[in-house]
Amino acid sequence: MPQYLLSVHGVGSDFDPAAGKFGAYSSQEDAESALADTSVFNEKLVAEGHFVFAGGLRSASTATVVDGRGDKPVYTDGPYLESKEYLGGFWVIEAPDLDVALRLAAEGSRACRGKVEVRPFQGLIEQG
Amino acid sequence: MIEEVFRYEWPRVVASLTRRFGDLDVAEEAAGEAFLAAVAAWGTTSPPNPGGWLMTTATRKAIDRVRREHQRAAKYEQALLLQPDVAPVHAVEDDQLRLIFTCAHPALAPEARLALTLRLVAGLSVGEIARALLSSEAAIGQRITRAKTKIRAAHIPFVVPERLTERLDDVLAVIYLIFNEGYLPSSDAELRIDLSDEAIRLARLLHDLLPDEPETAGLLALLLLIDARRAARIDETGELVTLDEQDRSGWDRALIREGHALVRACVRDNRPGPYQIQAAINAVHTAAREFRDTDWPALATLYNQLYNIQPNPVVALNRAVVTAELDGPEAALAAVDRLPLQDYHALHATRAELLRRVGRSAEAYGAYTKAIELAGNPAEVRHLTRRRGELVTVGDASQRARGGLAAQCEFRCR
Repeated sequence: MPQYLLSVHGVGSDFDPAAGKFGAYSSQEDAESALADTSVFNEKLVAEGHFVFAGGLRSASTATVVDGRGDKPVYTDGPYLESKEYLGGFWVIEAPDLDVALRLAAEGSRACRGKVEVRPFQGLIEQG
Repeated sequence: MIEEVFRYEWPRVVASLTRRFGDLDVAEEAAGEAFLAAVAAWGTTSPPNPGGWLMTTATRKAIDRVRREHQRAAKYEQALLLQPDVAPVHAVEDDQLRLIFTCAHPALAPEARLALTLRLVAGLSVGEIARALLSSEAAIGQRITRAKTKIRAAHIPFVVPERLTERLDDVLAVIYLIFNEGYLPSSDAELRIDLSDEAIRLARLLHDLLPDEPETAGLLALLLLIDARRAARIDETGELVTLDEQDRSGWDRALIREGHALVRACVRDNRPGPYQIQAAINAVHTAAREFRDTDWPALATLYNQLYNIQPNPVVALNRAVVTAELDGPEAALAAVDRLPLQDYHALHATRAELLRRVGRSAEAYGAYTKAIELAGNPAEVRHLTRRRGELVTVGDASQRARGGLAAQCEFRCR
């Protein structure tokens, strides 16, 4: 069955409630209700057999870019591309076709309060 | 003759193979191979059942192709070939309609949806699509390729959607454009009856499936009422005959009755939309026994209603033609001169007729010339050329100009 990456993009600020930073959310309450809704959505994905993997990411400022193509790996602090919006989390799902994937992505978008990009994985057939 | 058979059969073969094999490239390439084989096998005369011949040959070619591509995965091949025909959703059994909904998928860019449908459902060449959509062949080719790649990679399904009405607008727009390309082709032919018939067939099918959707009824009515005038619209020399000069006894009364009945049902339903209003406009034209009986105030009301929903300059241009009848050519000319449609031949054709009526013949000549340059359809070009040629004559020129202007509706009341 085809697999899709559902990635959530949002503002890249830190999530640090003590410092009054709520990442992509407007308030602590907003963040908590989004997390609760997302958990419900994840359970639904599992129950309906779509779930492969999911995860939320720490802020982009904690990222490290690694270039291992040379003799010695080069490490660079920060995300690959400087941007206002960063990948904040993602799901990997299985769905019979794009119509199902888009419907699930709409539900996930509502649950996590973010825009979702749906992108198909290379299938087994294309890989030969 | 064989070319006509190909024109007609190609989209059907592609749609059928797409449903069966679930792959546009397999379908298109197998269809292409089958048509090449037909050229070699048929000579100059086609067999008694050319469609069946092509479908059988193309299916065999597709099976060969799938077998070659999946030699290493014999089980996959078996599964694909033995898969029974997918049970139709909403009892839609028409492969082409299914393909239309796929081509109108919301995950595809709007401009890609049109190009793809014209290629795969209407069977237009990339060049014809480029002219129909006012774009370049390279851009259209790239658009189609990208859309097909996405359909395949993202697994956009070949089905009629469960919630069909969500994507209805896109499908209606595509059917309308297909009809337009048949009615007023951008290419060398005066009429492409195959495309008009195809669009009407699809509109009828959609209306059968969705009898409660007023815009579906509106589109069907619109196409029928335009098509009813087909025989009277082009004369024996291949020139466009405008509404005022058409032999109205040559209009297809059965189509007009059907169109009028649909419009009356829409009016009773009272959920107006752009296609319904355009159908009503054409109902007014086809209700007039003679051109002079045309109900211009009714047309003005309908165009105002249409402009409220679709405030675009093309609607304003059509409305100006009615304005000329009701308020005179100066008022219409003032409205037309404000419109940002410098690349649209109909703007210049309308200006030419208006300028002619107010006696500004030199300017009218220039406007006809501009319209002729921009018009792609040969029947229109002949008509415009003759009108321009008449400018030197005096006598009854003003009377003819008056009819000619009102008759611009024949170009655009659709």
